[in-house]
Amino acid sequence: MPCDNPVIISPLDAPPGAVRFTRSRLADLGATIVVWLMAMLVTAVFVWLLADIVWHGAGQLSWQFLTEPSRNAGRAGGVGPILVSTGLILAVCLAVSLPLGLATAVLLAEFTAVDSVFGRLVRRSLDVLAGVPSIVFGLFGNAFFCVYLRMGFSILAGGLTLACMVLPILIRATEEGFRSAPQEYRLGAAALGMSRTSALLHLLLPAAVPGLVVGLVLGIGRALAETAALIFTSGYVDRMPGSLMDSGRSLSIHIYDLSMNVAGGNAHAYGSALVLILLLLVINAAASQMAERWLQRKLITV
Amino acid sequence: MSPWRSDALLVWLLRGCAALVGAIVVLILLFLVRESMPAFRHVGIGRFFTDASWHPLADGSQGEFNLTPMLVGSLVAMLGAVLLAAPLGVGSAVFCHYYAPRWIARAYRKMIELLAGIPSVVYGFWGLVVLVPLIASWHPHGPSLLAGILLLTIMILPTIALTIDAALANVPREYVSGAAALGMSRWGIIRGVVFPAAKSGVFTGILLGTGRAIGETMAVMMVCGNVVRMPDGIFAPMRTLTANIALEMAYAMGDHRSALFVSGLLLMVLVIALVAMAEMIGKEHIHQES
Repeated sequence: MPCDNPVIISPLDAPPGAVRFTRSRLADLGATIVVWLMAMLVTAVFVWLLADIVWHGAGQLSWQFLTEPSRNAGRAGGVGPILVSTGLILAVCLAVSLPLGLATAVLLAEFTAVDSVFGRLVRRSLDVLAGVPSIVFGLFGNAFFCVYLRMGFSILAGGLTLACMVLPILIRATEEGFRSAPQEYRLGAAALGMSRTSALLHLLLPAAVPGLVVGLVLGIGRALAETAALIFTSGYVDRMPGSLMDSGRSLSIHIYDLSMNVAGGNAHAYGSALVLILLLLVINAAASQMAERWLQRKLITV
Repeated sequence: MSPWRSDALLVWLLRGCAALVGAIVVLILLFLVRESMPAFRHVGIGRFFTDASWHPLADGSQGEFNLTPMLVGSLVAMLGAVLLAAPLGVGSAVFCHYYAPRWIARAYRKMIELLAGIPSVVYGFWGLVVLVPLIASWHPHGPSLLAGILLLTIMILPTIALTIDAALANVPREYVSGAAALGMSRWGIIRGVVFPAAKSGVFTGILLGTGRAIGETMAVMMVCGNVVRMPDGIFAPMRTLTANIALEMAYAMGDHRSALFVSGLLLMVLVIALVAMAEMIGKEHIHQES
């Protein structure tokens, strides 16, 4: 560019390039402001939501609320049986998904070549499974577990439906755990003449525990939060379940039912929502703590 | 092969489990199709789009089976939410990486992770007791398309933000420091260097959010008003495909029930298309890198 004097002192006789420079500074400033505003907006909404639930829900929380059966369609009483049902659904879900998920993750991470057809097929079907809307899981669970396998509206059917749902999350995290195990473990075990089975059980599995725990937590979180898949599989009944074949209402369905179908149910819906959020928080915190401890133990045994 | 007998046993056991897991998707599709067959036979595909309205009866030859208003409702709500959440998600991720001081970035990321874990029914409840009355005080008819779009935006934002956040973390440091050494402004670096490098991650995040928005049921059902009609404005109450299933499944019989499975199948097809798109974008990215 034509510029006799390379040192610009006054902005008035600056060459065109310098003007562009200030314009880009302006864009830079604008972007900074917009990004900070966006972050503040998101934070504000988050605080608003959480404060609202805590503010209205904290008054409901008491030992009675957690243990008593619900009366008058949930307007009075507590959430005792509902917590039990939620726990049972979760237990069924994990009892099925944990072994299946672990086995699949081990196969994908340790015993399958990256380009094998079988591995690719399983992975792709897991990708699709992860995207299936929860209401479609509900339809499937209703048609397959409740009607076709004659389980009816039951905790068992609800838990099995949820197991299908959490498998992709569980498998992906566990697989990551196995991949993070150092390659020397495998080579060393092979050099010592260990069978791959015992190398897996004694070396790789302990090393992969953090990944497994992360997957477990994410899975539990998704299962606890689920509503749409459970309405037509585990059902609405809010009594104490007598067996796994009884219908049982999960905490999330309780919130939905109280807020939509029961006039004057909002107070207890707030209480239940707070209980649900607290449960999720506690599980999250406990799990990250556990993963940390196991991670350290892994380091010590090395 | 390995000389150990137990290894062969283990591998076959694992293969069995993996095959079972892989078969779940096939099983879901199979049962959706199986349950949809009566409706296809008695109603036919055409009538799902040409019938006068949605008044389903157990006998397919009598009721009206027009799914179009609900399909449009689902798509409009999804589109609105993605249009709002995508810039916010990109902004959030960029904020975490390039604008916020480290401790704010860490707290902000924790907060987004927490938001991602909040159950949809809690979002729906909050929308019902806070958002809907707020909209009603501004314009009559609280339960509306607008309430649904706003709530969906909040719900899919964490998904989009966290995926893009991970993509930005993968942008090589040398790109950014190189650009900074050339004297580019911060926004110039982000727009000219970071975004092109993280393009596929950004699209994947947005597609994931889209999938979540179209499949969301509870929150949308609780704030949208659930009137079956073509949404003719942002304040119009409307019903999505997912909400329709959840609302009517309890009492649906015969061809009506079957029609609900048809809408489930429709959702499934949409999701598979999204997954395929995401995969194609991922592949493109790999080719670019090699």
